[in-house]
Amino acid sequence: MAVLAIRVNPKDNVAVVAADVRADDVVRLDDGEVRAVEAISCGSKVALGPIACGEAVVRYGEEIGRATKDIAAGEYVHTHNLARER
Amino acid sequence: MSEEFVFQGWRRADGRIGIRNHCLVLATVACAAGVVREVWRRLPAVVAVEHAHGCGRGGPDMGLQVKTLAGLVQNPNVGAAILVGLGCEVVSAGLLRRTLASSGKPLETVVIQEVGGSRKAADQVEALARRLLGELESLPRETGTAADLMVGLECGGSDTFSGLTANPAVGKAVDRLVELGGTAILAETTEMIGALGPLLKSAESEEVAAKLKVNVERQEARAREVLGPLADAVMAPGNIESGLTTIAEKSLGCITKGGSSPIREVVDYGDRPSRKGLVVMDTPGYDIESLAGMAAAGAQAILFTTGRGTPVGFPAVPVIKISSNSQLFEAMPDDIDLDAGTILAGKGISEVGEQILGLLLRVARGQKTRAEINGQAVFAIAQGGPAF
Repeated sequence: MAVLAIRVNPKDNVAVVAADVRADDVVRLDDGEVRAVEAISCGSKVALGPIACGEAVVRYGEEIGRATKDIAAGEYVHTHNLARER
Repeated sequence: MSEEFVFQGWRRADGRIGIRNHCLVLATVACAAGVVREVWRRLPAVVAVEHAHGCGRGGPDMGLQVKTLAGLVQNPNVGAAILVGLGCEVVSAGLLRRTLASSGKPLETVVIQEVGGSRKAADQVEALARRLLGELESLPRETGTAADLMVGLECGGSDTFSGLTANPAVGKAVDRLVELGGTAILAETTEMIGALGPLLKSAESEEVAAKLKVNVERQEARAREVLGPLADAVMAPGNIESGLTTIAEKSLGCITKGGSSPIREVVDYGDRPSRKGLVVMDTPGYDIESLAGMAAAGAQAILFTTGRGTPVGFPAVPVIKISSNSQLFEAMPDDIDLDAGTILAGKGISEVGEQILGLLLRVARGQKTRAEINGQAVFAIAQGGPAF
């Protein structure tokens, strides 16, 4: 199944999924796609590429926090792997 | 929206125009709230304001309370007011009346301890309110334009879609309102934490930028002081459930309500802006207290976006509720005025912005918002210190 996700700014390394996503679903963006590695609930963020621990997570073209562990492309991004500071 | 932005309002003694013509029955202290509620039960045509304030706080908070209550009475949507006090409180009816002496607004005071108790006070307030309501009915209407409007902006119960749909659509409506000469207040300093970069780029002057920086840094320092490593917990649990992870993420979505106009002025809580266009007010992110600050400044309407859904309205000031997703619009149809979730289905952000501006005009022309129909009017003032 393919699910739409919304990226606001080309700098963003996460996008918001517009419907519930299951593992292996294709998450489609305006200009590309990423395969979800796990379930992601509607409205949550998916990593568009690998994000190393400590690297900035970017939405709206701005840093919203840093990865608190290595994040793979297609992973669910939320409080378990993203925080504004340590 | 292609029609001309004009409405028939009520011009007040200070020159501002109201889009409503309410008789306010205001408790000056929590102890008078029961009388105010009783009057409203007998006479639902009045706008009753009950709250938990009016006494028992330190100096700065008492000052904020006087300023905010006086500001609410002076709001152009209020045609006349009855101040109901207890008699031994700090924020007494007499103090508030003296503060409002130059407002030119018809005011009455009733003090419970002076008139023989709560039942007699309710009888007196009811009689006064019936007379004032009659007088308000005969006030002439006058044409107002967008330049007469000040609109407060609020988001409550935000979700990850708020910053993609409802907030940027409100931003488009604000851009249009500002083009037409109107004023919009971007508030909620808590929801500017982590978004100072883009805000500073919008500052019209060094002075505006400096004040924004001071306000946002102070709010972040307060959050850290009180919450420590949990500072991101300034978000509500529902925000996090919806997928918002950090306060910066929430803030970056929140500030899109301001649109793309330059920020012309930064005012303190409850203060009236001296400039038109986009202005910023220092308020908490907590909706009810933020609304009170904007209403006290004279906002005649509020554009309120929500992702989780909230029923709140405000006394005397119509609150227009805009959903960030269509599931919410379908789930809480009686509380939401307009669905911006249509943007997720392909509708343009500008198109929804025009819809919002059109709805604002209809509300200025008298159309009731869902919160008005539902009788939702809650009130609370921002506080700094502890209660004593």
